[in-house]
Amino acid sequence: MAWTIRGRTGEWELVCGLEIHAQVISKAKLFSGAATSFGAEPNTQVSPIDAGMPGMLPVLNGFCVEQAVKTGLALDAEINKVSIFERKNYFYPDLPQGYQISQYQHPIVGRGRVLLDLPDGTTKAIGITRLHLEQDAGKSLHGAREGVTLVDLNRCGVALMEIVTEPDIRAPEEAVLFLKKLRSLLRYVGTCDGNMEEGSLRCDANVSVRRLGETRLGTRCEIKNVNSMRFVAKAIEYEARRQVELLENGGIVEQETRLFDAAKGETRPMRSKEEAHDYRYFPDPDLLPLELDDALVARLRAELPELPDAKKARFVREYGLSAYDAGVLVAERAAADYFEAVARGRDPKQAANWVINELFGALAKRGLDIEACPLPPEALGELLDLLAEGRISGKIAKEVFHEAFESGARPRAIVEARGLEQVTDVGAIEPIVDKLLADNPAQVANARKNPKVVGWFVGQVMKATGGRANPELVNDLLRKKLGLG
Amino acid sequence: MSGLNRLGLLEARTLLRRREISAVELARACLAAMERGRALNAFITETPERALAMAEAADARLARGEGGLLEGLPIAVKDLFCTAGVRTTAASRILANFVPPYESTVTAKLWAEGAVLLGKANLDEFAMGSSNTTSAFGPVINPWTPPGTEPGLVPGGSSGGSAAAVAAFLCPAATGTDTGGSIRQPASFCGIVGIKPTYGRCSRFGIVAFASSLDQAGAFARSVADAALLLQAMAGFDPKDSTSADLPVPDWVGELAPRVRGLRIGIPEEYRVPGMPAEIETLWARGAEWLRAQGAELVSVSLPHTRFALPTYYIIAPAEASSNLARYDGMRYGLRVRGRDLVDTYKRTRGEGFGAEVRRRILIGTYVLSAGYYDAYYLKAQKVRRRIVEDFQRAFERCDALLAPTAPSAAFRIGEKSDDPVAMYLNDVFTVTVNLAGLPGISVPAGLSAEGLPLGLQVIGRPWDETTVFAVARALEEAAGFSAVPPRAVEV
Repeated sequence: MAWTIRGRTGEWELVCGLEIHAQVISKAKLFSGAATSFGAEPNTQVSPIDAGMPGMLPVLNGFCVEQAVKTGLALDAEINKVSIFERKNYFYPDLPQGYQISQYQHPIVGRGRVLLDLPDGTTKAIGITRLHLEQDAGKSLHGAREGVTLVDLNRCGVALMEIVTEPDIRAPEEAVLFLKKLRSLLRYVGTCDGNMEEGSLRCDANVSVRRLGETRLGTRCEIKNVNSMRFVAKAIEYEARRQVELLENGGIVEQETRLFDAAKGETRPMRSKEEAHDYRYFPDPDLLPLELDDALVARLRAELPELPDAKKARFVREYGLSAYDAGVLVAERAAADYFEAVARGRDPKQAANWVINELFGALAKRGLDIEACPLPPEALGELLDLLAEGRISGKIAKEVFHEAFESGARPRAIVEARGLEQVTDVGAIEPIVDKLLADNPAQVANARKNPKVVGWFVGQVMKATGGRANPELVNDLLRKKLGLG
Repeated sequence: MSGLNRLGLLEARTLLRRREISAVELARACLAAMERGRALNAFITETPERALAMAEAADARLARGEGGLLEGLPIAVKDLFCTAGVRTTAASRILANFVPPYESTVTAKLWAEGAVLLGKANLDEFAMGSSNTTSAFGPVINPWTPPGTEPGLVPGGSSGGSAAAVAAFLCPAATGTDTGGSIRQPASFCGIVGIKPTYGRCSRFGIVAFASSLDQAGAFARSVADAALLLQAMAGFDPKDSTSADLPVPDWVGELAPRVRGLRIGIPEEYRVPGMPAEIETLWARGAEWLRAQGAELVSVSLPHTRFALPTYYIIAPAEASSNLARYDGMRYGLRVRGRDLVDTYKRTRGEGFGAEVRRRILIGTYVLSAGYYDAYYLKAQKVRRRIVEDFQRAFERCDALLAPTAPSAAFRIGEKSDDPVAMYLNDVFTVTVNLAGLPGISVPAGLSAEGLPLGLQVIGRPWDETTVFAVARALEEAAGFSAVPPRAVEV
């Protein structure tokens, strides 16, 4: 994606990499049996292990390990046979152990890649540097009560996957595409729900700029808190422009951590820390090195669902869909499944059009996910069958669709109950046509000179029949009677 | 019946099973002894009510012909094991009022086998020390302190309270933990038996952590057989500790015999350290001769990296401790000293909550893990540790167990080495190697020094081979015939 910043002194290129924290879908925490459900009363999902009580020991949750491996496979990444949990030491009230158990030198997942479909129809690979497992910290609530900080440890110890990309992103929009694609992959394999509002998917961006053509990397700033798809592009663009302006005015970019303020649409340095952190990483002596056997990885690989890229290629190949439509349909596994259920035994392109235009439109209007769709795919299929059988017109079909979507009633039942079936009987239409011609001699004369006026007559017949007359039949009949051949 | 406090575990068990004594009588005798022996300061918390209730329950089970391995047997528990509902201090101000809502796996196993808790034994703060002088609850007095000696002799450490309690007949047995010698050295100083099993044999769950890769629970008793019995009840796989081993626990007590015929006993050359008292050298040679006389073959073995063991230990143990003790921050439990702001609160809480030795080790540990020093210290120490493990692996190709002194001296006076940490750390010279390699080691009382103080000999075995360690220890015990009673032993 060609995207540059035109500065006073020339063109600048963005270099950006992302660090994503994805909360692992798991009933229990990474090293304790405590529950992980969102929105529970504060401090009700805390085991003595999470609370850092004396003598408590972490025990690795094997399910979280499987989730990380699955994610690694979805990212087309190397799975490391041996990985090591280390302690990242620092003091903070929401970090009860005084250290976070994370992976540092030996992550569970190594290099991989994610393919992006760019708007110009080309594909771009974003490199994945690594994925590692770590514990989340608790939550500090400042100012909730006068003069004190409250700490909620429910989140403390919840498994996170930290996914780090290579600095391959060159446009703010690419970051958004990457996040969408990553979210899609995570949801396909069922390892993270991708919910940014609830914080199960969080993103930091490492942003630097350099003059176009320069190959060395500039000094980067880490932008924290870009926690919605909407803000990712904004934050990166703001930061890149800030750096260009700074550099063009003879300044230098300080390597620092900056916070994105969504309200103001700007980044600013995070409150200065008294001293640089030295996390004193070292292997956690309470945990053995994590060794994965080939059989486990092979089993998880075999259990992987068809991933979006493969599905998209298949939709293009099998259903003859455009790459764009296929891409839209596969973004959510549930949507792709819905489409396939509708397309089975029907015209797939028509099915795709209805799913993308009518169904997605109706869902967006009601703010619903495909999982909560009130119209089952069989119902939409029924509607398409009515269309294909010529029993309703396209216009009526849309009407029936919306009624079915709202009421949950089946299209066939709606058509029958409301007598919407298309009129294809010439005997029923002819008297209406005759009367119309007789009543409008001037228009008849017009039509004979300008055949486009036939459309006006068609409209009148449709109006008179409540839209039920077969428009082609009406058209043929009119042309014959007007002597237009 | 008087003198019940002098019964060993197995003797008492026989009498209990025959219903010749009751668990309540036995507990009362020990509680009375504890009261009379309070000057020793062996206990931080006595639990008489709990002891009597547990003893009553044990009597009821015994009356029904039921009961576990330790039914009705009273023991002391080092105050590093978390005990549900009973204050657990780690001998630190920072946990002075901490009452855990959970039980350590080891103590849970003991109660399941019918043992009776007498109280929580004193120790060096967070098990950091070799003299039991760093306890926030005051030093423990070695019962071998000759009358009139002030301020008294140290019992060794860190499990000094446990060792002193057993030696002074306050209880027949006690649990301990051993990170660098904290069971074996006090056992040697107090003239009793102390076993540290293979790393991973006992669960660490619920034991206040000092250095996770070295900490291991073990047992004190006045005989090898009693120590084997207590350890048998403590040991076993625990899914709550990832470093505990999923191996069956042998019937050490049932199989125990002084059998050394045909065994090859290694004498590590490098353990002849400069400045070691002649009487210790003599004792060691005598021990070897006892084993030879009973049919063992003596072989000289080399552990070439021995001289690096102490510095290696004093890098790895503080490094792990600095991180393990980070949780004592005054936020959720334990001492909190309010300061101006968060950082000041941390500083005051930890500054006032931890004693000087603990602070020293946290500083050392923080330093060796710091950016720029990690490779030179921590990483290097891990590499040396690997060499030390290999030294033992090679030695055990040539022998079945090793014989060495437990400590380079007999018990010293309280305060004697307190201003010289290096001199204090030298106490661990023969014991830390065993922790670094994760091996089982036992100290058996083998004789008295010229001053009439007990001296121990140490038997070191292959990983998971406590069986051989107990057999050799039993042979030494039989040959030594150690029966001296400390001058401050308590009679009831």
